Amino acid sequence: MEKPLTEHIRKDGRPLTLKEYEAIGGYQALRKMLKMTPKEVQALVKDSNLRGRGGAGFSTGLKWSFVPQDDTKPKYLITNADEMEPGTFKDRILLECTPHQLIEGMICAAYAIQANISYVYLRWAYKTAAQAILNAIDEAENAGYLGKNILGSGYDLEMHLHTGVGRYMCGEETALLNSLEGKRANPRAKPPFPQVSGLFGRPTIVNNVETLCCLPHIINNGSEWFKKLSLTADAGTKLYGVSGKVKKPGAWELPMGVTLRELIEEHAGGMQDGLKFRGALPGGASTDFLVEQHLDVKMDYTSVAAAGSRLGTGTVVVLDDKTCPVGFVKNLEHFFAQESCGFCTPCREGLPWVEKILTAIDAGEGNSDDIKLLEHHTRYLGPGNTFCAFAPGAMEPLQSALKYFRDDFEKHIHDKKCSYKLIANALIHEAS
Amino acid sequence: MLSTEEIKEIEHAIKLVPHKKAASVEALKVVQEHRRWVSDESLRDVAKFLDMSPEELDSVATFYNMIFRKEVGKHVILVCDSISCWVMGYENLRDQLFNRLGIKYGETTPDGLFTVLPNCCLGTCDCAPAFMIDHDLYRNVKEEQLEEILKRYD
Repeated sequence: MEKPLTEHIRKDGRPLTLKEYEAIGGYQALRKMLKMTPKEVQALVKDSNLRGRGGAGFSTGLKWSFVPQDDTKPKYLITNADEMEPGTFKDRILLECTPHQLIEGMICAAYAIQANISYVYLRWAYKTAAQAILNAIDEAENAGYLGKNILGSGYDLEMHLHTGVGRYMCGEETALLNSLEGKRANPRAKPPFPQVSGLFGRPTIVNNVETLCCLPHIINNGSEWFKKLSLTADAGTKLYGVSGKVKKPGAWELPMGVTLRELIEEHAGGMQDGLKFRGALPGGASTDFLVEQHLDVKMDYTSVAAAGSRLGTGTVVVLDDKTCPVGFVKNLEHFFAQESCGFCTPCREGLPWVEKILTAIDAGEGNSDDIKLLEHHTRYLGPGNTFCAFAPGAMEPLQSALKYFRDDFEKHIHDKKCSYKLIANALIHEAS
Repeated sequence: MLSTEEIKEIEHAIKLVPHKKAASVEALKVVQEHRRWVSDESLRDVAKFLDMSPEELDSVATFYNMIFRKEVGKHVILVCDSISCWVMGYENLRDQLFNRLGIKYGETTPDGLFTVLPNCCLGTCDCAPAFMIDHDLYRNVKEEQLEEILKRYD
């Protein structure tokens, strides 16, 4: 099983130095690519069927093709390394362990759209990654891979690290641009799309860390090779992760399209003793629950969508049978209510209301109309009613929880208490 | 008054962007790095330096979770309260931290050593529960380790 993105990661977690990266074939893709035209690079990546690994799953090559192909300057290439989707911890691994792989991928993407300025927009909390990237940029500049006239090709690219100051919205690409411009990270209206009018009004591409890390391998090995890495029609490998009460939580690079069952039962070692699988968010906080009937769903963009959810970031959060689904969703909606940028009314007012209702139900103070009220919100805050995808994303776990765990909501309201808390307290009492 | 060092660093940030305002987040970071937080006075100084109104700069400063507009202690403890840490029982750890320090979220110990704040997912969900103290990330934290961890900070 090939693991091009992670096979050379050191066991001790230290980043690969430039020398170590070159020794395993690093920057060979750059040499090869500089002999191609930008259009050829775009065509290759489009043909590889690489889809954005940040959560939306849009074709990377197609996204690039919207950048005007003229000589006006500047154009920008930005890495979205603002990993902050609750339950997601995949880009951290690539950032900390293989910074040169990201830099090489960024040079490939920048060359394909003829950008001469690039930024890594990194989450503030990733301190180890920040150091790794700063060192790697320095090494790459000294080796002639960045800066003026890269490897004598006549192509120039400067690269900067920008560390954020914390806000989930910054992961939305237009909000990220506002943040980079020193503004509040409110999303922008589309159109115009960033590919035409992005950072400082200039053509800009924003790509996810994992997406960019695929590029050197596609250039080295070709689009057919990349497609064959996958078990399904969505190409490549994918960094999957599992967290929650499983035996061996972790992250693994696997062929795109492994099943949810394989992830949980084989790679994560199954549920902890005494616990049963109840459901899971397949790709972070803003994805719909999958339940037992979906365990054999293939974890790719198309199959997870067909099962009524989204692959999202591919990092699974597991709900077990002794954890309260109402409390679980309350925790998610607290996050969304807090992180809403406040720019549009349904999101700003609706999410705290949802949180308030869930808090009441969880505390045994819900009333019989509350479920209807929550359902109303899942429509009112759904697609088309808000300025960006934030609130619709926040409604995904709620609407699916109301569908699959409805009994639990009703029981909380009827019994005026959370029976999961009573079980948890009894267990603690027993243990002491 | 901004120090010479702060002015030097803010000027460097301005050089990297097309216009002064675009350096506003960086300038706030510079001040916070030197003074731990951004006071009203610092905010006005930075605004003046960037040709912005204090109100406009404050709308940026208050938007971001990690720009502190109130005084914080010498060390800031950021407790992850997102979903994976919740499933793994971070609330017990949080309560123990509150008891040990005698403070709650948003408060600072009387000796000025620690401030505790809730924080969104720290991106280390396979090692939950987790928290950060300043630049240091602690993963898989057990309640019995808390005392030893806190002792490292003085």
